[in-house]
Amino acid sequence: MADLPAVRLTRVALTSVMRATTHIFRLPVPLPALDSPKWQSPVRAFAWGLRSVASTVLTPVLFATYLGIGALAHDTHFSLGWVLASTALIWAGPAQIILISTVGSGATVLQAAVAVTVSAIRLFPMVVSVLPMMRTPKTKRRHLVLATHFIAVTLWVECFRLLPQVPRERRIAFTHGLGVGLVSVCLVANTIGYSLAANLPQLFAAAILLLTPLAFLLSTARNCRQLADILALVLGLALFPLVTMLHTGVDILISGVSAGTIAYGVHRWRERE
Amino acid sequence: MSDLVGHLLGEWNALMVLVIAGFLPNEVWRMLGLWLGGGVDEGSELLVWVRAVATAILAGVIAQILLSPPGALASVPGWLRYAAVAAGFAAFVITRRSIFAGVVCGELLLLAGKWWLG
Repeated sequence: MADLPAVRLTRVALTSVMRATTHIFRLPVPLPALDSPKWQSPVRAFAWGLRSVASTVLTPVLFATYLGIGALAHDTHFSLGWVLASTALIWAGPAQIILISTVGSGATVLQAAVAVTVSAIRLFPMVVSVLPMMRTPKTKRRHLVLATHFIAVTLWVECFRLLPQVPRERRIAFTHGLGVGLVSVCLVANTIGYSLAANLPQLFAAAILLLTPLAFLLSTARNCRQLADILALVLGLALFPLVTMLHTGVDILISGVSAGTIAYGVHRWRERE
Repeated sequence: MSDLVGHLLGEWNALMVLVIAGFLPNEVWRMLGLWLGGGVDEGSELLVWVRAVATAILAGVIAQILLSPPGALASVPGWLRYAAVAAGFAAFVITRRSIFAGVVCGELLLLAGKWWLG
């Protein structure tokens, strides 16, 4: 009697299963070739940006995160209109979570503003590093204002992945489409989360709040292209707990700038070798 | 009547809080990036440093959420939070950078651990 082939969970097998199953969730919509006539009008580029919302695994993660933010806002007695406005105007998950939980726990507006300002510092270098990908010699600053507003972790990561597949003169329209699509998904999630809030068990709420650090860590890790990026991520994680012991109030700024600079220094030193 | 006024004042206050402590603190950094990053060249060395700092600050935000978690996440013991993120990262590495696999693995460990703790 022939032996049945043993089914072992090898790394290769696991990878192939994961690959096969993620396709179900990712619904790949391949972008047209760079020289395709499908890029001819900005309106179509906007539509391609909108469609790309379905091609990123970060969309379901955002959906769940904003479901959680909607529920959190309900529990802290903010109105539904207020949460929707906060998603459209702030468009940064951690800032919204910090704002809702600090104001909800009775902190002053000034304390909340300081906490949010410090967490938002990351947006500055993100904007500086993404915008050169969208700019053409003819681009005026005001053309970039809306695209800049949409930049947060998700768009930062997805711009590095998708923009090289988009003709340069259509990248702003594409980013507008992607941004509008992602914000819309999150507004729907907010509304659902807000109305479900009373029925959400605490276990579920905790799981949703874990999504932010998990997704941030993994999407940033996937975005690492050079040694400097990897080192910055590792050093940034390691330095923050040490810097918090100093209680400076701007711990994230101090640990971030020093970890990033050390990582860049190592990168320069390696290039010279 | 006074109820309506009170309600509107409450909404007005909440909206001011949103603008002052939410919208402005974020938008200022974005617009500063738009203003000051104007002339930076796409292939420049400066961008390598800027990206490293962005990544490290983001790492700080991740560490902050895990160290002093908001809301319901605070009900999960520290070791379980770190273990869940570590498991998620391990799954991400094993599956050759599948974010989906990593997120699912991390979340499952958190749910299993919390359920087991009761």
